[in-house]
Amino acid sequence: MTILVLAEHQDTQLDDATAKAISAAGRIGGEVHVLVAGSGCQAAAEAAAGLAGVARVLLADGPSLSNRLAEPVAALIVSLAGGYDAVLAPSTTSGRNILPRVAALLDVMQISDVVAIDGPDLFQRPIYAGNVIQTVRSTDAKKVLSVRASSFPAASVAAAAVPVEAVAIPENPGRSSFVRSELSRSERPELAGARIVVSGGRALSSAENFETVLAPLADTLGAAIGASRAAVDAGYVSNDLQVGQTGKIIAPDLYIACGISGAIQHLAGMKDSRVIVAINKDPDAPIFQVADYGLVADLFEAVPEFHAAVAEGAKA
Amino acid sequence: MKILVAVKRVADPNVKVRALADGSGVDLANIKMTMNPFDEIAVEEAVRLKEVGRANEIVVVSIGPEKSAETLRTALAMGADRGLLVRTDAVVEPLAVAKILKAVAEAERPDIIITGKQAIDDDANQTGQMLSALLGWGQGTFASKLVVGDKAIEVTREVDGGLQTVGLPLPALVTADLRLNEPRYASLPNIMKAKKKPIDERTPADYGVAVEPRLTVVRVHEPATRKAGIKVGSVGELVERLRMEAGVLR
Ligand SMILES: Cc1cc2nc3c(=O)[nH]c(=O)nc-3n(C[C@H](O)[C@H](O)[C@H](O)COP(=O)(O)OP(=O)(O)OC[C@H]3O[C@@H](n4cnc5c(N)ncnc54)[C@H](O)[C@@H]3O)c2cc1C
Repeated sequence: MTILVLAEHQDTQLDDATAKAISAAGRIGGEVHVLVAGSGCQAAAEAAAGLAGVARVLLADGPSLSNRLAEPVAALIVSLAGGYDAVLAPSTTSGRNILPRVAALLDVMQISDVVAIDGPDLFQRPIYAGNVIQTVRSTDAKKVLSVRASSFPAASVAAAAVPVEAVAIPENPGRSSFVRSELSRSERPELAGARIVVSGGRALSSAENFETVLAPLADTLGAAIGASRAAVDAGYVSNDLQVGQTGKIIAPDLYIACGISGAIQHLAGMKDSRVIVAINKDPDAPIFQVADYGLVADLFEAVPEFHAAVAEGAKA
Repeated sequence: MKILVAVKRVADPNVKVRALADGSGVDLANIKMTMNPFDEIAVEEAVRLKEVGRANEIVVVSIGPEKSAETLRTALAMGADRGLLVRTDAVVEPLAVAKILKAVAEAERPDIIITGKQAIDDDANQTGQMLSALLGWGQGTFASKLVVGDKAIEVTREVDGGLQTVGLPLPALVTADLRLNEPRYASLPNIMKAKKKPIDERTPADYGVAVEPRLTVVRVHEPATRKAGIKVGSVGELVERLRMEAGVLR
């Protein structure tokens, strides 16, 4: 069995999701190769080469792969797929964009968002916003899998790095072009990998309140900020902070939900957190059904008080 | 310009769906069904393009049981022109759905296909990308903005780091994300009018597509549910417990 893992990276840096996908691939069993596709992405390839469990790193470095548009990256993976029994990617937005294209071109039924691997062809995946887990066996000769990064530990750093080998890049299908990107810049930790997440809902009622009420607590805790769909839809924070079925799915050590009701779709994104705190003024809010610690309070009083208490502790 | 929109009938998103006790599947008996929310957004986008004179015909297609005709009726009431039901009682996986839609697209020759980014039942997030690949078209997935020109479109996509905009020559495929628009409710007169709009019926076999699943469902179960913890009386107690009991705060 040989498995190709599509790396998630930012050219100069490898994302944690890649290390997690590599450990997921290891559970299938067999040799794990990592494909780093991009433009000016040697550094990311070298980082992948230093991870435990990686046998080879393939580097596809060229202008057609900058911004990792689905059409050229899928064509690249298909050109390499003949040598592999399985192709795997983390189910980031990039993996979700590219991988089904690969699966269709290989005539394989993809298995999306795998959360557990029970054998070389036996996989668990959530359906209905994670209310139900389905175990499926694939009858396709080749497997195409996206894996939920938060369900797997990150591969550790290896004692010695494997070499990085360049691979040929097929012609760009030319059905798409990059126009622009507006990436959110933040000094805060990345939502996907943060140890603590302070999340706000509709109750925050403005972008300003996210900054003045939630941000001080988040920054004192060294936490990432998250949000419900309602808060994102209302424009209080940017789309990349949405937690949930259709946003990011995370499992931090501590998730603090402030003014979030706890809709099924929101719970789908955070219910695997180790400790959940809910601050909500409605004692019957569904979020309390999953919270380890619930505080029935007005968040505009409780959150500043919480901030003051941890800021005090940080000084002491 | 012609737009093809694919819609799926799914369990209402507000319903908590449960696994059957014998683990063979999920219990959908007596559960309210509705159009997949992302597909509603896809229909709405097409209708808006027609309203501003960009599109002149909207065809909606659904693959599923007889009742999927109701979902098509909803789309017709929102403003689509005609429907196509590809009728089957089988569970059709995204790959087979994409193959059927490819055949439909080859017959209909739309300039743009819009699908929802994922169906909220199987949460697969595959059909649009697969269809686009099979047609050899460009794809603009997870769209929060769509700008349609004469020969090309620009799609702004919601991605992990923020937003990315791509340009695609027509024909092209778009998958709708939540913030593309807010779908309308069909008005009563439009619901009445929709009853007269045509819905054609076919089967997967008419398109020569085998719908036999590639994945065997071995078991369906509910994950261990989290138990509600405790209610704390004050912020002070909360911080104390997070430090001493849970050990997640320094
Ligand atoms: C297809 C689909 C996909 C979706 N995907 C997602 C997703 O990925 N993520 C997501 O989050 N949602 C998603 N949703 C939306 C979801 O169903 C809910 O509508 C949303 O999560 C509600 O956000 P909220 O909790 O912030 O708002 P609300 O439900 O309005 O809750 C606000 C809460 O704040 C409390 N409150 C008000 N004022 C205060 C105060 N001063 N102090 C303390 N508490 C206060 C209220 O008691 C209430 O519980 C999706 C929905 C659909 C249909």
